[in-house]
Order: sequence, then structure tokens, then C-alpha cells
Amino acid sequence: MSNPISSRPYRDLIGAIRPGDWLTVLTTIAVVMVLFDSLWLGETASKVQIRAGNQIHSTLSINQQRVVEVPGPLGITTVVIDHGRARVASDPGARQYCVKQGWLDQAGQVAMCLPNQVSVELLGSRKIHDSLNY
Amino acid sequence: MSEKNSHILLANADDHRIAKLAAIAIGLHLIEAVLPSPLPGVKPGIANIVTLYVLYKFGIGTAAWVSLLRVFAGSLLLGHMLSPTFVLSLSGAITSLLVLFFAIRLPRRWFGPVSLSILAAFAHIGGQLLVVWLWLIPHAGIAYLTPVFALAALVFGIINGLVTARLLSND
Repeated sequence: MSNPISSRPYRDLIGAIRPGDWLTVLTTIAVVMVLFDSLWLGETASKVQIRAGNQIHSTLSINQQRVVEVPGPLGITTVVIDHGRARVASDPGARQYCVKQGWLDQAGQVAMCLPNQVSVELLGSRKIHDSLNY
Repeated sequence: MSEKNSHILLANADDHRIAKLAAIAIGLHLIEAVLPSPLPGVKPGIANIVTLYVLYKFGIGTAAWVSLLRVFAGSLLLGHMLSPTFVLSLSGAITSLLVLFFAIRLPRRWFGPVSLSILAAFAHIGGQLLVVWLWLIPHAGIAYLTPVFALAALVFGIINGLVTARLLSND
């Protein structure tokens, strides 16, 4: 080869991209973004389901500002719903795992306060499995 | 053996050309095999540069020969013959060849090697993920890997396409 590649100007490389190629690049960038969005970010939640003991205490829309007080064997667990997210604000349990879990905003996320037998689960349009066994 | 039953295979110019190009592709395939990858399955696919170049210079028939010879010889040399790795390599090569068969008919003025490279890269991971999902790991969790593979296909597809364009412009 008489002309080493390094001596060629850089613009030659960009010049090799034809108009339709830009279309291909932009289309595939859009495809990649849709894939990340749909397969990684998960589904936004639409409802909050609160369970107390073995019963469903209430199923509420997540798009509201509301504080729910749920009675359990140890006392009151306070659940806060805040326009698209929810959390357990206080719980009488000893270890406070469900409180420390913080805000939940994706469908399928759960916070459980086991000592007081209260759980908060975010629901999407369809039920996702939380585990699979073969 | 009588004279009547003996067959003499003569290699013509086409065969020599395919062998030479396939040898280059196999070399690149082997170089790539020893490169460490951040994620299993994410590879630049530099051997596809040869496939694309051959497609533009000699047509889809020669490209298919070079690509499939690369898969078979590459797997023999790496010890993957008939293993899942080989099947994945073969399925990726076949799907990208199928897509290239149609993509080379796109108007040349508008669509160049970069488009074909990206399309082939996406077909490659598409074919492989289909085999993984149908045969190796029939689990919905495969979906979580798809965006990463798609991003890699986009990036390496563009780079390989640019390299191919440069090689073609040197002729």
C-alpha cells in the first residue's frame, strides 16, 4: 500500500457515511434506547397494595398524596404514598428493615414489615414473578 | 483404483481467492478470541470486516463461503467444534448473511458499508440470542442482556463499517 492509513485525513472516514447510513445509525440508536427503557428500567407502578396479616388491607392508586395507617399485632405501621412512589414511614418492628428500604417506585417492589405482619407492594399493569423455580 | 473412478479436484482462481480471504478472516477470528471481553459475548466482530469487504468486492456467494469457512475453521482451531459456542457462532453468521443478502440490494448511493455493518451486527446478536433463548437458557432473564448486546452491536457495527469503507476506498 503506497498510502499509509494514518496519513489520510480524518474527514475521509466521516465522508464514508452516506445519507442512508445516518438514518440507519439514528434508527438503531432509537432501537437500543427503547430496549434499555423497556427491558431495564422496568415498569412504573400504578397501584399500591397493602397487606396486613393474611388479608389485603387496601389497594390504592399510587398517584396521590396519602398517609395510610395499618394496624398489626405490634401496633400501627404508617405507609406514605407520594405521587408515584410509596414507602413505610414508621413501623413498630425492632429492626426497621421496611422503613430503611426507603421509597419504592417500580412495579413489583415490596417492603415487608414482618414483625407487624404488614407488607407494601407496588403493582403494575401485569403481575411480575418475584422468583422462578425449575 | 482404475482411471475411471479417480477424481481430480482442481482449485480454480475463485477457490484460491476464497481460501485467502477466509484465512484472513480466520486470523482475525483467532486474534479476537484471545482478547479479553468485559462481558461474555460482547466482541468487536472484526472478522466481519472481511465478510463485508468480500460482499462488496465479490458478491454474497463468496461472502457466505468466507464467513462459513471462518466459523468452521475457527471453531476447529479453538476447539469449539460442535459445542454451544460453535452453534452460536454459526447461527450469528447465518442470520447476518441472510440480512446482508437483502441489505446489499439497498441503493448504493444512500446506504454504504456502515449501514450494512450495523444491520449485520444486529442480525448477528439477534440470531445468537434466539438460539440462546430457544435452546441454551430458556429463561426470560435473557431479556436483561439484550440492551447491552444491542449497544455493542451498534458501536462495533459503526466501527467495522467505517473500517470496511476505508478498505474499499483504498482499492
